[in-house]
Amino acid sequence: MAEASQKIAPSKEALDLNVITQTGEEARPMTGHEAIARGVWEAGCRVAAAYPGTPSTEILENLAKYPIEDLHAQWSTNEKVALDVAYGASYGGVRAFCAMKHVGLNVAADALLTEAYIGVNGGLVIAVCDDPGIHSSQNEQDTRMFGKLANVPVLEPSDAQEALEYTRWAYELSEKFDTPIIVRSTTRIAHTRSPVVVGKRQEIEDKGFVERPENIALPTTARLRHPVVIEREHLMEEYFSKSDKTQWIEGNTDVGIVTAGMSYSYVREVLPGVSILKLPATFPFPRDIVRKFCESVKRVIVVEELEPVLETAIAAMGFTVEGKEFFPRAGELSPEVVHEGFAQAGLLKPRKTVDIVEFDQLVRPPVLCSGCPHTGGYMALRALNARVAGDIGCYTLAAMQPLQAMDTCVSMGSSIGTAVGLAKAGNETRPIVATIGDSTFLHGGITGLIDAVYNDADITVLLLNNSTTAMTGGQEHPGTGKTLRGLDTHKVNYADVCRAVGVQSVKEVDSYDLGVLYQAIREATEYKGVSVVIANRPCVLDPVKIKGPAFQIRAAGCTACQSCMNLGCPALSWSDEMLDGHHKIKIDETSCIGCTLCVQICPSDCIRPAAELASA
Amino acid sequence: MSSATTAKPKKTVQKQTAVKGPTNVLIVGVGGQGVIMVSKILARLSQLQGLQVKQSEVHGMAKRGGSVFSHIRFGEEVWSPTIPMGEADVVLGLEWAEGLRWLRYLKPGVGTFISDTKRIVPPFSCRDRRHDARHGYAHHTIAEIVAQVPSAYAPDATGMATELGNERVANTILLGLLSTVMDFPVESWREVLAEFVPPKTLDTNLKAFEAGRAWTKQDHKPLVDDAATQAAPEPLLKREVKLEITESWCKSCDICVKMCPERCLALNDHQIVELVKPEACTGCRVCEWLCPDFAIAVHVSTVPINTISAEAAGEVQA
Ligand SMILES: Cc1ncc(C[n+]2csc(CCOP(=O)(O)OP(=O)(O)O)c2C)c(N)n1
Ligand code: SF4
Ligand code: SF4
Ligand code: SF4
Ligand code: SF4
Repeated sequence: MAEASQKIAPSKEALDLNVITQTGEEARPMTGHEAIARGVWEAGCRVAAAYPGTPSTEILENLAKYPIEDLHAQWSTNEKVALDVAYGASYGGVRAFCAMKHVGLNVAADALLTEAYIGVNGGLVIAVCDDPGIHSSQNEQDTRMFGKLANVPVLEPSDAQEALEYTRWAYELSEKFDTPIIVRSTTRIAHTRSPVVVGKRQEIEDKGFVERPENIALPTTARLRHPVVIEREHLMEEYFSKSDKTQWIEGNTDVGIVTAGMSYSYVREVLPGVSILKLPATFPFPRDIVRKFCESVKRVIVVEELEPVLETAIAAMGFTVEGKEFFPRAGELSPEVVHEGFAQAGLLKPRKTVDIVEFDQLVRPPVLCSGCPHTGGYMALRALNARVAGDIGCYTLAAMQPLQAMDTCVSMGSSIGTAVGLAKAGNETRPIVATIGDSTFLHGGITGLIDAVYNDADITVLLLNNSTTAMTGGQEHPGTGKTLRGLDTHKVNYADVCRAVGVQSVKEVDSYDLGVLYQAIREATEYKGVSVVIANRPCVLDPVKIKGPAFQIRAAGCTACQSCMNLGCPALSWSDEMLDGHHKIKIDETSCIGCTLCVQICPSDCIRPAAELASA
Repeated sequence: MSSATTAKPKKTVQKQTAVKGPTNVLIVGVGGQGVIMVSKILARLSQLQGLQVKQSEVHGMAKRGGSVFSHIRFGEEVWSPTIPMGEADVVLGLEWAEGLRWLRYLKPGVGTFISDTKRIVPPFSCRDRRHDARHGYAHHTIAEIVAQVPSAYAPDATGMATELGNERVANTILLGLLSTVMDFPVESWREVLAEFVPPKTLDTNLKAFEAGRAWTKQDHKPLVDDAATQAAPEPLLKREVKLEITESWCKSCDICVKMCPERCLALNDHQIVELVKPEACTGCRVCEWLCPDFAIAVHVSTVPINTISAEAAGEVQA
């Protein structure tokens, strides 16, 4: 069997596997995010921009598979720029799209909140992907709250079919109501594949730039627009109350469930027979229909993931409503959790769970790959006993055992500013080092570096340049010299950037040359002021899988000292042979990529090319 | 801006007749093993039967060796994309400990458990630096599991695949086995397999599929479990490590400090090496070995456990 591609975008192959549904329509299996991409394309979108972030990444990756003549799709340096680009296209009179993960919206928020005032020319849809359960993020914020803050409508599809339909619908709403629209997805929507009935691409008329006073956000224009925004909220409340996408499922009237998005599927699964009101949008809140629904049932329960957004809105209308006393505010909902909630509400019997076999679960945390170029830098930082301000990327895994070489991690690009603060606190005796990946540096690190130089902070920045955005699956960025569609483009030179902003001490090294890397970082930390060490080596997974000749361990020479095990390389594990109470080490040759890091670490020189040992 | 439309909310009525619940299959393994591919094959099969299908996976960390799992549900009506705990008809493990991890999702008493006995030992399991430590890998023997789950199959699929000349077809062997416990016509399995595997490997894959179908519990005694699953021997000896540091020979070069795998050495205020975390020292002798001036000697001695002071022994029993 062929190796499964871990990328969720199966592209052509999946698209060819059409099936006929029970109702006789042709459908193709799609994930929620393939469906959003399809919806964007069908809606006649001309410009799409995004910065990667799990699980939103696949949307742009899929959009880039549609013809270049149909739409321009690009990676931007960060979410704020991506939204600016999309908004620029909307100003220009074409339909535009932007995608980001939930925390990306924090970065783009400054633009969004004002765009809500200005309105749109070409329709503008923003897909924002929440991560309930924190599968792969730094927090669990609820984008629906953002909708209310920004006064931007939030649509919530509950499966892939709706993801497509709502995305198309969002463009109509955007232009009809003169506002950007958020389509809120979640990790579960993103990664659930189900058959989707698709449509054709719409031809949308190009409106061209329209000169309007409100195009320019100024106190005078904003003051005039704010009441318009509030009026729009009321109009949309009314609209959603009457929309045929609002579903009222009539059932038993003892209990009525108000829900939206993925939570709806769990309710249908767990509690058949009740009355359900499924809202297509959580903001603006369709009060009319909700009032009618609440009046028609004896007891109202809200099932929603994360924050009590619908619940608070219903309570504010004066109804007695239950919800978060049964369903947690933290974590992802699941049929189990929803069942448990309904059990607490007295509507179901608690589930009994029987463990078939009692045992300790094997701990299998994600680890840096065999031969990951980030490994060496953190080995060196451990040896230097540095205080390490970390950042977000694969290298955050270096905070875990065995490297354990990171002291802080907050948000994309925070490392450099954090290091400046640690230095300015004036009480740190260890060298202060900020570690940051290349994509993160471009996203939000450069401004931090300028700040460090400007304020003459005594810090070292270790720029981990693996020439890709690895954590999110290997996307191109301005430092790779390739665009989203794989075309050649200008490539950022990091050393030039650092020197240009005034860094005096800049050194480039090979991430696989441990001795040189260590010396470079040590010298940099001894330098007074801002110093930068750029460690270069491509990621071993993306864009191409790197596999060099494997190494093997000459068991007779291994003293079982465990030095190599401090790398955390997954190709290294214990053999059954023991020496003096400790396991000797063996190398899994299929996993070893031949990076030589362990060879450089081993004090007894017993790690040899596998070929050499085989022929011996 | 136009005003609200005249559309109406969609009203539907809940069906009163109960719909038969979907069939639930959970496919689990480690990043890179092909969990997603296997589940796509199954999803495709069920779609071809005209059933509703949802396939859901979370694999954010899959690339980096974490566990991967994929829920497949098919039937006349499928709502939740994930399988509730205790409702899986089949748990299919591509790796032994991952199979075990999801065992609790199996329908008690009736669910089928199929898992390759292949072990992928994560680096995390080889972290214990104590004397005579053993791996943290799943310690249950295959026989123990097979005895407790009425319908359990634990083939050495990877071994069988290697014999067929391609380790990669292990998953196809498991699919063959799976096909014997599911209702789809065997011809459809073969057809879908052909859609998914590279044409060059189709022959081997079809052979692997047949091998999986032919595999039965009776013909295969559970494998002899390896050392990892056996109980750790009772320690008979207590080990003591002492570092003898000749201060006047230490020239503060820092080599031992940097190279000690347990990071338990440091230069003190006089720039002379000192054992600062004696409890972490394993007696590995790296410092002794690497010091250019022979300033460190490592002494390891062992004392039989039953000669430990009566006091200490008392503590153990208390
Ligand atoms: C605001 C924000 N946007 C996006 C992400 C998703 N994300 C996490 S790490 C990462 C990129 C890391 O790339 P890089 O810094 O090059 O490190 P690498 O993973 O390649 O080691 C991204 C985009 C995020 N966590 N926060
Ligand atoms: S994907 Fe690349 S950067 Fe990430 S852990 Fe693997 S080798 Fe390192
Ligand atoms: S050379 Fe050593 S450290 Fe590098 S991948 Fe192979 S086993 Fe791992
Ligand atoms: S570093 Fe060398 S001697 Fe030490 S355990 Fe590893 S292979 Fe054996
Ligand atoms: S013997 Fe030396 S190198 Fe080994 S753990 Fe002890 S102090 Fe460290």
